[in-house]
Amino acid sequence: MAGIEKVRDSRSSAPAFEPGQSAFAHAFYALGWSAVRSLPIVLLAVAWEMFARSGLVTSFVLPPLSDVLVRIGNNAIGGELFLNIGLTLYRAIIGFLIAMVAGIALGMAMSRFAVMRWFFDPIISVGFPMPKIAFLPIVVLWLGFYDVSKIAMVVFDAIFPVVTATIAGIAGIERELIWSARNMGAKNHELMWQIALPAALPQILTGLQVALPIALIVAVVAEMAMGGYGLGGAMMTSSRFADSRGVFAGIVEIAVVGYVLVKGMALLRRRLLIWHSEASEPSAV
Amino acid sequence: MTSAAQALPARTRMHAASAALLRYLPFVLLALAWELVARFGVVSSSALPSLSQVAVAWVDLVKDGELITNGAASLYRAGVGLLLSIVIGVVLGIFMAWWRPVHVVLAPLVEMFYPMPKSALIPVTVIWLGFGDGSKILLIFLGCMLPVTIGAFNGARGADRALVWSARSMGAGRLRMLWDVVVPSAMPEMLNGIRTALALSFILLVSSELIVARQGFGYLIGYLGNNGSYDGMFAVVLTVALLGCAADRVYQVLMQRVLRWRE
Repeated sequence: MAGIEKVRDSRSSAPAFEPGQSAFAHAFYALGWSAVRSLPIVLLAVAWEMFARSGLVTSFVLPPLSDVLVRIGNNAIGGELFLNIGLTLYRAIIGFLIAMVAGIALGMAMSRFAVMRWFFDPIISVGFPMPKIAFLPIVVLWLGFYDVSKIAMVVFDAIFPVVTATIAGIAGIERELIWSARNMGAKNHELMWQIALPAALPQILTGLQVALPIALIVAVVAEMAMGGYGLGGAMMTSSRFADSRGVFAGIVEIAVVGYVLVKGMALLRRRLLIWHSEASEPSAV
Repeated sequence: MTSAAQALPARTRMHAASAALLRYLPFVLLALAWELVARFGVVSSSALPSLSQVAVAWVDLVKDGELITNGAASLYRAGVGLLLSIVIGVVLGIFMAWWRPVHVVLAPLVEMFYPMPKSALIPVTVIWLGFGDGSKILLIFLGCMLPVTIGAFNGARGADRALVWSARSMGAGRLRMLWDVVVPSAMPEMLNGIRTALALSFILLVSSELIVARQGFGYLIGYLGNNGSYDGMFAVVLTVALLGCAADRVYQVLMQRVLRWRE
């Protein structure tokens, strides 16, 4: 996540707004700049369309983009699009919220109690780099084929970045902040809820920003492996019937949903951290 | 994620050993709890085979070669895909940092594709390359390339201007400078990007094999699960999970070794 943010900054954003320019000129400038930036994406779309229509590949291997968009439109009219997106988002977001609450709670407990740290620290550090998706068949064996197992899988995968970010955030709090709060008579639990949690919030949000795309990916993969409704399940159904337009439509849908989620989370971060010094730093969304 | 054994001032070997024991005691406790819960029938043994049964199943799978052949197939796919993504990702990232036109063209594409869940490509790579090795290698390559590219890009962009200038004033050519100044200073972030890619390669490998494959760890997990030999399934799941974790640990040690010159 840190990586992509740096990429964003480096695009030397929009050219600086000179005080003498009119607001209209500024808007025009910004518009032109975003057009330049989206040019490669437009070119990619055109290249896809032309390559698919050139006859070099069959429409099974690469259906033209326009056909795929028509397919998405038909799915939207039929209502399956919203059903599938809704189901996938429901599983991903419920899992994400559980991982958020449980992860922050566990992180706080581990920061505060040595026993908790002793027990969970090695488990977290071994579990984080594991390919947890391998546990999917076990979770299915225990919890069945329906929503519960998918949500459990999302929680299992998304909780790790939240826990580590919470611990790192609390560990990074300036000592002076803690001392002055103590000096003013803050009790332990007040210190935790009123000082430590807000002070660690930027780090925790970074962890949540890592966890959210993971939640979506795991929900989609779990749907693919188990079938049924949802974006991943719909793609696998299309794939079984050799319906490549359906498969490509699924990809485009998942990419758009993922993009919107990531951007939404970045906006939320700016809102929540409006009091924090990082909010005044220049950043482009 | 540094282990306690490293953080401790290694006074004596005994000391370090007991610290490691204390650190990993939670795993011993978990393993014991697992064995007891399964043994005393708190849950049915079809839902949770005991740890000892799983160990026996693991030995059997190794003996009849199934774990080895499927594991070799998986590691081959992950290895080739990861290698391709590292080579191409590093080249792309450094060129993006070094030549502005490359950056203007690629940055929006990178930004668009980076948050996209790469696992969504599983059915597409199957359409393109079928059920065998090719589709998995392509998937791992596509999924792992962007973290490497971004790491190399950030690292190369952060190359110390003073170093670049002094190299130039000493008459280093453009390519020479790229190799002698930019690549080494890009190294730490690049290696971090590769670490992300390494973890991703395992995830993509297992998910693609779970969904469509006729060979590999993921296939073996699904096959054993469908046949109801849950002890074997648990054994393979744990093998994959621990392999992923071990790969990360080994990589971290290597990374520290490579970056030692920076101290």
